[in-house]
This record gives sequence, structure tokens and C-alpha cells, in this order.
Amino acid sequence: MITMDLLAINFSLGLEKLLLIGAIITFSLIVAMYTTYAERKVAAWMQDRRGPNRAGPFGLLQPAADGLKLFFKEEIIPLTSNKTLFVLGPALAMITAMLTSAVIPWGSSIELFGRNISLQIADVNIGILYVFGVVSMGVYGIMIGGWSSNNKFSLIAAVRGASQIISYELAMGLSLIALLMMTGSLSLKTIVQQQMEGGWNIIYQPLGFLIFLICVFAECNRTPFDLPEAENELNFGYHQEYSSMKLGLYLFAEYVNMFISSAVVSTLFFGGYDIPFVDETALSLSLGANTVALLGFAALFAKILFFLFLFIWVRWTIPRFRYDQLMDLGWKKLIPLALANMLITAVVILWLNK
Amino acid sequence: MASLTNRAKVLEQKPMSFMERLYLPAIFKGMAITFSHMFKKKATINYPEEKRPFSPVFRGLHVLNRDEEGRENCTACGLCAVACPAEAITMEAAERKTSEEHLYREEKYAAKYEINMLRCIFCGLCEEACPKDAIYMSETFAPSNFTRKGFIYAKDELLIPNPVTDKEKYEIAKGLREAQLKNK
Repeated sequence: MITMDLLAINFSLGLEKLLLIGAIITFSLIVAMYTTYAERKVAAWMQDRRGPNRAGPFGLLQPAADGLKLFFKEEIIPLTSNKTLFVLGPALAMITAMLTSAVIPWGSSIELFGRNISLQIADVNIGILYVFGVVSMGVYGIMIGGWSSNNKFSLIAAVRGASQIISYELAMGLSLIALLMMTGSLSLKTIVQQQMEGGWNIIYQPLGFLIFLICVFAECNRTPFDLPEAENELNFGYHQEYSSMKLGLYLFAEYVNMFISSAVVSTLFFGGYDIPFVDETALSLSLGANTVALLGFAALFAKILFFLFLFIWVRWTIPRFRYDQLMDLGWKKLIPLALANMLITAVVILWLNK
Repeated sequence: MASLTNRAKVLEQKPMSFMERLYLPAIFKGMAITFSHMFKKKATINYPEEKRPFSPVFRGLHVLNRDEEGRENCTACGLCAVACPAEAITMEAAERKTSEEHLYREEKYAAKYEINMLRCIFCGLCEEACPKDAIYMSETFAPSNFTRKGFIYAKDELLIPNPVTDKEKYEIAKGLREAQLKNK
């Protein structure tokens, strides 16, 4: 009976998930679009300028104008490039950026048409491992783009990007092991539910959070770790030979990555869709489960917006690392720190359980 | 070695303290500075809608003046061309005929008068050299153009509108400076 149940195709569930996937992808694309706007606006404010204010009220149509411009540009594929890989590069960058959103719990669950719809595409019990797997795949977008361009600068950028992401992934993984020892679960939903009851993980793992945040900056290729695209030394690095919407996809993938990483950081350390200082179960009795789920989503979104602002804020404050400093920080500072954090957490857990 | 001046300073090169080597405090300080700048007065303005006033001595595009009867002041003496350090001014003189007395103030006039705005450095020496108050510099600057030829301004572009036939435009061309001077 159980096998039959597993094999039977549940069409309404499929439709529900498909709609959810569509909604989340559209949502992340729109947020990424307006992150580009926010980036330019915040950069301008921090430099005492005004920022884009010509297209539409307050320049709100600027991202649309930018996108339209990219679509109208001539598509150039260099003669000496590997054409298949050249097209695959930006597609891969975008796909990997999107894939992570599948395991993030965007809210608790809502009741619609008599169905209980969970606001998470897939509650995989190895959610964090999945995130790590997909994030490591993100390096292929850079590698393939840089390699297939058949250009020295792009190749240097690709090698830089690959070594950077691999180095920082180690520290990232190690910093999360301490967190996982506390939660005892790899499922992101379970981690959020634990935080709703026992307080946010940032309280217990401040050092782990700091290491994780630095690694997230490095994984997203954001300043101060933007060595793979370094405008002034590598001429935009791995996307130098790209034009038109292929370039757009690369640039856009960076912003989608930022959005998704912000969501992961808020989920792991800042309680995900937990509304701070509010008891959700008591609230859902008075307001109804659907309202509370939407409020929870709003809380998550507010946290994500804060981290997006942090990304932009840091970018317009700190200059870029030199390459040896980058490697020094990754291997000699962050990894030992993460190991020490792991050890201390383990000792404390053993102490408390005794 | 004795120092050449008494202002020489010995450079301190102490190794960085632990707090400095952490970098994070310095980064937070920097972030506080950038954050505070978000609320400061903007250095830029919304240009086409808002314009900064020029100083009263601003030297802009040249204008060839007329007297109150609408006659051209210029007598093509060539002093402005001689004074011009950039050699931007060329002119050709002609003699006034008896039927042209309402057009030119004196017997000699400039049949051709050209200023190359790409050569001009807007120093204002032509304005100073002119004995007839025929050339002065206005408050506007040369608009952009697609060709170099478009920057060579001939008499039709330089002459001020006729105060007798086109009083309104003449007043505009005279500009704010005159009005401000009158108010003072």
C-alpha cells in the first residue's frame, strides 16, 4: 500500500508546487531587479549623490530600462570561443542561483481551497547539504564563462573565482557544523521551528554567524571579495566577452545569489519566518493561520531586506582584498576560527548534557 | 644626517596592535561613516530642473551688441582679434553705404565676424579690448554640437536681437545681469 501511495502521481500537489515555484522565481527575479536599483541608489546616497531619478517616479522604472537596454544590445559570441560552453555559462550561473530557493521555508503554511499549502518547495531533510551542493555548482558558471571566452583576463578571473569559492566553502561548512551540532537537524524547516521555540541561533553562535557571513560575501563575489570581476584590474573578469542579455544574466545571477544568500542567513541565524517577540501559535488563534503565515513571510522578507542592505552597505565601504590577503584570511584565519568555534560548541554541548 | 628643515617628522612604524589586526572595528567605523553620509546634504542638484546661479562675472557666449536704435556697434577695428590669445576671432571689414546708416553705427562695419568656440578660452580679453562696447560675454555657454563646423559662430548667431523690432528678445538676450545691476 505504501509503495502504491508513493508511486501514485498526485496532480493537485504537483500543480500546487509548480505554482509555488513560479511564484518564488518571479518574486526572486523582481527582488533582484530592485536590488540593482537599491544598489545604485544607496551607492549614490553614500557618496552624497542622488542616484537614478529620471525613469519614472524616483527612478523606479530604472531596472526595467536597464533590462530593456540589455535586450536590445547586439549579441556577440567571440569567434575563438567555445560556443556551447559560452552559452551554457550564464545559464548555469542563473540556474544555480535559483536552485537554492527550493529548500528555503518562505513561511509556515497557508490554508487555501481546503488544502494545507506549505510555503516551502521541498522540505528536504538534508536541506543544508543541498544548499552547499548547489552553491558549489555556482562556481561552474564562473569557470565555464571564463574558460570558454578564450581570453586571458577571463581565464585569470575564472581561476581566481574557482579557488576563492572553494577556499571559502571550507570555512563556511565548518562554521555551520557548530550550528548543526546544536540543532541536530539538517532540515531548514526544523531549524526555523527550533528557533521559534528556543530563540534565534545568532545568540548561541555569534562567531559562527560572523564566519558564515564573511564566507557568504565571498561566495557571492561581492566586495571586498569581488576579485573574479575586479573591474579595474581584470576588466570585469569572467564576463568580459559577454554582451547583451548573456551579460545581463551574469549580473542578474549575482543579485539573485545575494537575495537567496540573505534568505539562507536569515533562516539559519535569524529565525527565518519567526516574528520576533511574538508567540505565533497564540496569534494564529486570534488572527487566523493564513494572516500569521503572511506576517511570518513579511518578517522573513524584512530580515532579507536588511541583509541585502548590508551587502550593498559593505560594498560601498570596504575596498577589495589583495589576492594573497584573501587566501590568508580564508585559510589561516577563518578555518582555524571555525574549528575553534566547533570545538567550543562541542565542549559546551557535552557539558550541558552531562 | 642633519635634517634640512625643522618640520621633518619621524615616521612611526609600530607593529599593529591586536585590535588593529582584527580589522573589524575599523570596518565598523568605516561603515558608520558611509551610513552617516546617507543623510547628509547632497552635493549634486537635479540639473535641468534646478540650475545653480552663475557668478556675476561669469564669462559665457559672446554677444555682438547694438545701440538703442538697433545699429551694430562693431566697427571692425580688429582689436578684439589682436587681443585674443587663442586666435579664435576672424573678421572682414566693409565700408558703410549711405543707404545702410540705419544698420551700422559708424562708417566702417564688420561684413564677416566669426568666433571659433572650440578655440575660444573665454578669457574675456576681447570684451576688455573693445573700444565701442560692441562685444561682451553673456551668461550662457556654447551648446554641444555634432560637427566642428557648428562651433564656428557667425554674425547671425552672435548678434543681439534688434531692440527696435524685437524688443522682447533683446531684453532676454541682455540677460539677468543688467536687471540685477539696475536693482542695486
